[in-house]
Amino acid sequence: MRRAVLRPLAAALLLAAGAAQALPYKATLLVRADDPRLARDRLERAYLGHPGGPASDGLQVAIKEAAFELDAAGTALTLETVPVADAAAARAAAQKAEKAGAAVLLTDLDAAATLAVADAVQRPVLNLGAGDDRLREADCRPRLLHLAPSERMRADALAQTLSARKWPQVLLLTGPSPQDAERGAVAQAAIKRYGLKLVANKPFKLSADPRERNLANPLLLTGGASYDVVWVVDSDGEFARSLPYRTVLPRPVVGDAGLVALAWHAQFERFGAPQVARRFTKAVNRSMTAPDWSAWMAGKTLVAAAVAAPKGPQAAFEKALLAGSFDGSKGVVMSFRPWDGQLRQPLLLTDGQGVISTAPVEGVLHPKNALDTLGADAPEKLCKARP
Amino acid sequence: MKKTLLASLLALSGLAASAQTAWVSSEKDHALTLVDLKTQAVAGVINTCKRPRHMQVAPDGKRLFVACTESGQADVIDIASRKSVGRVALGDEPEAFDFSKDGKALYVSAEDEGALVTIDAASGKTLASVPVGKEPEGVKTSPDGKLVFVTSEVANMVHVVDTASGKLLKNIPAGKRPRRMVFTPDGAQLWVSNELDASVSIISVKDLAVVHTIKLALKGARAEDITPVGLAMTRDGKTAFVSMGRANHVGFIDVDSRQLTKTVLVGKRAWHVALSPDETRLVVSNGLSDDVTIVDVASAKALKSVPVGRVPYMAVVLN
Repeated sequence: MRRAVLRPLAAALLLAAGAAQALPYKATLLVRADDPRLARDRLERAYLGHPGGPASDGLQVAIKEAAFELDAAGTALTLETVPVADAAAARAAAQKAEKAGAAVLLTDLDAAATLAVADAVQRPVLNLGAGDDRLREADCRPRLLHLAPSERMRADALAQTLSARKWPQVLLLTGPSPQDAERGAVAQAAIKRYGLKLVANKPFKLSADPRERNLANPLLLTGGASYDVVWVVDSDGEFARSLPYRTVLPRPVVGDAGLVALAWHAQFERFGAPQVARRFTKAVNRSMTAPDWSAWMAGKTLVAAAVAAPKGPQAAFEKALLAGSFDGSKGVVMSFRPWDGQLRQPLLLTDGQGVISTAPVEGVLHPKNALDTLGADAPEKLCKARP
Repeated sequence: MKKTLLASLLALSGLAASAQTAWVSSEKDHALTLVDLKTQAVAGVINTCKRPRHMQVAPDGKRLFVACTESGQADVIDIASRKSVGRVALGDEPEAFDFSKDGKALYVSAEDEGALVTIDAASGKTLASVPVGKEPEGVKTSPDGKLVFVTSEVANMVHVVDTASGKLLKNIPAGKRPRRMVFTPDGAQLWVSNELDASVSIISVKDLAVVHTIKLALKGARAEDITPVGLAMTRDGKTAFVSMGRANHVGFIDVDSRQLTKTVLVGKRAWHVALSPDETRLVVSNGLSDDVTIVDVASAKALKSVPVGRVPYMAVVLN
């Protein structure tokens, strides 16, 4: 008898728990199991734009440094990291996390696995590491947000810079991987968009084989043409690193070595950036790379959303995340573009030693927000899954 | 009668011509540049500690305290002789500070640690430390000395600390990246600049809550390019001045109506605005053009931009 009375009460309590957000907000980060990018020999190379360590570092730093703000708002955020072997495992892990009450998912995965996660859950998904333009265009999703700048944003930043420097003649060298081919096409489109001139597009290959010297020798690759810059597309990084100062003409190298467009560099001096880089180094004992900034920035957006909706409900948290504006110590407020979920942001042009300049470059105009000159803009309507 | 008029005119012109000097800290030179407001030229350079930023005259009116972020010290400079007369330890990464009412203690924002640190102004001993949000910036003691306000650029709030108990009383949410503060002369309102919000929040000191937000707009500039930092106010509490950062202007705000009434084009990235003691001039520090702009308050016109050290942070104008 007594039990029969209690049962509906328990059910009512459960319902109530379902309606309000169970605090703390749980965030689940899915990463590559045995991430080859984080192997010691890769980390030691420290190629520009490549990860310097796990994505969880930046997230943890962002959440930890917001402890005061979260406490004051009476809310909390926790982070769980789950390594996944492939897209199928990513899908399963995402569903499991959602069932277990995750308020948001984050991914540092390749494009296919990122999509698998976005399609598996109702919760918002924050893509930290995949710059593939297709995730913002043909394969975009309504609740998939991108912290990392797209490849097109990086190519636009570089093309704007070359245009501002009046270095229009570009010799493009493109690597052998499928990713290089994709990024090479993105570079060519940016070259065209900003009125630069493609002198030639030559394939290169890392090789010591004398029979392949036309593909591998910087002098043979950069001879017999006149150009202002050599733009190298090398997702691997080894060839690009060897290229500066080895061209036939004394011209700068840009792209994946020389001058590189990135989301962040630890030597950025403005807008409180040195404090951010210093806190990061203090916390994890290494320098803050561009992918670290994207992960840290993801943490900042989660903190802002949690503070905006300290007690939930989930819908308010999501609204604050998708429609909020955020401070990431790059001098301007940033927000997710409604048309493709990309975080609009300035990019830094770096030679690896310091920050040479920023993009959008001064003088590049846009009817609404100059940041939207980097990457796909609304009128292009490249993402059909969003309004 | 005529004679008196002449005498008072002379006195007035004497006042305007009295040697008002802007002391400008520049972050990258480890030096202060002195700009004579009459000749509108550099009148001297004083070497100081490393990365000088915030400066404030001690309540005795005789000494200028200069907070050096890299040295973790304040350089104490005798204003009359323009000589350093001592150094006071300020802890790691001090950014800004204010004095206690009796001048015996300094309240310092410790940028990296995220704390408001109370320091004995004579010995440099740390007396207390209150954790606040990350990147604390502006510090202001209330005119009655009972409260200290400190902004946190990361937590987007103004923290209120009770000076007697040393306890955090309240966190007041402000706009994005709150930076600098100024009290109305009656001490009833605290004005706070919000760098990434193109706005100034007005806090009621009685209620410890934001009662009004002034949105700053400028013809030809987008909201995201208006990044207010520096604030100053006239002694009669009628006019406030705000440096508008990337919009390269300084704005005049009518305090009663809370309206932006005039704007003056100054240098690149106007970071800080200082009012001269006679309130006839503004000295605006331009962070990205390495100069200060001298503005005539009455006509709201820029008179001259004077090159100073690298990355000027702020100015204090002294007689």
